Amino acid sequence: MSLTTDLAQAKSRANIRAKARAKSGSETTPAGEASPSPRSRRRKHRERIYQWLFLVPAVIYMALFFGYPVVKNIVMSFQDYTTATFFTGEAPWVGLANYAKVLSSSLFSTSLVNTALFTLGSIAGQFVIGLALAIFFQRKFPLNGILRSLLLLPWLLPLIVSSAVWRWILDKDSGALNRFLGGLHIVDTGIPWLTSTSLALIAVVGVNIWIGIPFNLTILYGGLQEIPDELYEAGSLDGATGWKAFRHITWPMLRPVVSVVLVLGVVYTLKVLDIILGLTNGGPANSTQTIATQSYDLSFHEFKFGEGAALGNVLVVISLVFAVLYLRASRRSVDE
Amino acid sequence: MTTTKITIRRSATATSGSGRALNGPRLKGSGPERKKWGYTVLAVFFLAIMLFPVYWMINASLQPNGTTLETSWLPLKPDFTGYATAVSEQGGNLVTSLVISLGSVVLSLAIAAPAAYALAYFKVKGAGVVLFAILISQMIPGIVVANALYTAYNDLGLLNSVPGLILADSAHGIPFAILIIRAFMNGMPASVIEAARVDGAGHLRAFWSIVVPLSRNSLITAGLFTFLFTWSDFLFALTLTTTEAVRPVTLGIFQYIGAYVNDWSSVMATAVLASIPAIILLVAAQKYIAAGTTGGAVK
Repeated sequence: MSLTTDLAQAKSRANIRAKARAKSGSETTPAGEASPSPRSRRRKHRERIYQWLFLVPAVIYMALFFGYPVVKNIVMSFQDYTTATFFTGEAPWVGLANYAKVLSSSLFSTSLVNTALFTLGSIAGQFVIGLALAIFFQRKFPLNGILRSLLLLPWLLPLIVSSAVWRWILDKDSGALNRFLGGLHIVDTGIPWLTSTSLALIAVVGVNIWIGIPFNLTILYGGLQEIPDELYEAGSLDGATGWKAFRHITWPMLRPVVSVVLVLGVVYTLKVLDIILGLTNGGPANSTQTIATQSYDLSFHEFKFGEGAALGNVLVVISLVFAVLYLRASRRSVDE
Repeated sequence: MTTTKITIRRSATATSGSGRALNGPRLKGSGPERKKWGYTVLAVFFLAIMLFPVYWMINASLQPNGTTLETSWLPLKPDFTGYATAVSEQGGNLVTSLVISLGSVVLSLAIAAPAAYALAYFKVKGAGVVLFAILISQMIPGIVVANALYTAYNDLGLLNSVPGLILADSAHGIPFAILIIRAFMNGMPASVIEAARVDGAGHLRAFWSIVVPLSRNSLITAGLFTFLFTWSDFLFALTLTTTEAVRPVTLGIFQYIGAYVNDWSSVMATAVLASIPAIILLVAAQKYIAAGTTGGAVK
């Protein structure tokens, strides 16, 4: 949300500020504006440098902790980078061997399918439930604001805490969910939510939906609030109420927000690691292994940093495709 | 799309005069009082489902230790042995997390506030590029950063160190802090700063004694979130530590649940302790989040 509104604000503010500066600038240095003497030009130049100095620490930080890792990761992905490298300092150049090995392994197709299912399932669940709750909270009723803000809690908890709690709730023998279902006589024996190869991915998706609902709810609620009441009033005169109002008024008006929520959701879900490691550690039998967890595994368990880097780059490429979609979506929402 | 927008706007202005009057009972309407409370009950029901895991965490943390097969649904006889174990086994890790989080808040604000000022107030050349880089940085998977940082940290001797984790964890907070503080500073009256500059205050003076106090609320909001991000960090704790020397509590919990768990009450007690910052933020930051979004308009 902040990202999109930011872009929009940036544009409108830039104009206002440019005007304000033009005005104040001509007040403070009228001579400099009219005929730029070498001295005032030098002063202007120095002023620019001072202004830049405010930005320098952030630029250095971003370069070291985002720029460098990306470049380093690309270099590593073409090298045979293992634990031995730390002692010998040598990482032989192997060309595309890491990519070939990683992409041709049978585990890659499993991870790719799991990543797709995990992302699609999580996003679909979070979005539908988040939108339903957002529409519900559009109604005016007592305690609305407090209840809505309390709903944020699952989102604010450390992911590893949520994973630990859900591990206990989904426990096969004495977990709360199985006891609840058993008490209702829906099931007789405990369901192995996290230890069955066919259920583990579903359980992990379920937990991730729980975590993502508050985010979707908050942003979609904000989007719904922006739709003017008058539209619904005009619509109701034409007989557009209920579902019709949603389909012809709410949905078209919400579209820009929806596309941003979905694309941001995809980008964030693709890189999820904490939840899966905490709940299943990728198991049982790789049934919850995603590209992110497999990349972690290759680097930090098998110490094949080159292969881990190669797989990480595959994830970056997938994310970038959605990043482009995101930027296009947010630009469109700014233009509108 | 633009044409629909125009018609919409026209209809909005056309009806806005009478619109307020016929604010009908539909959608955002004012139904009978009882119906309104009915919605509240429904909302509480949704909230109860969503927050059940949080309740369950607190409930399980208060159960007696040991191999009780079934956690009772209510903590009727609260038992604090879980907390005793948690504090004795994870107390040090909690302190480590606290130190790293506070360090990260200081570092993030020190880097983000001047940058936000430059982006919002000066028309610095390349500001668009910086902003774009911040947006793109959000798309980079943490594992990619961790993979490269591990090798670099290994060479620099920053593995298993508090400064190393503070530096890495700030990657969660700095881009966010820049965006949120900048959004606030965009609304700051330029005339105040210009007045100070005309009075002879240097850039640093103007920043420190005018800009920082003026944007206090956005700094607090950014600081609170940065604290929470770092406190919740798991990836860097997992990858950039190899010994027990420096161990944030998230990693402590992971190690608890990594093996077979037979003492859930102390795991859950640790989880409760690790949730405290999130709960404080939810209660305390309400004001600052609101202040951050509306404060821009205050002169």
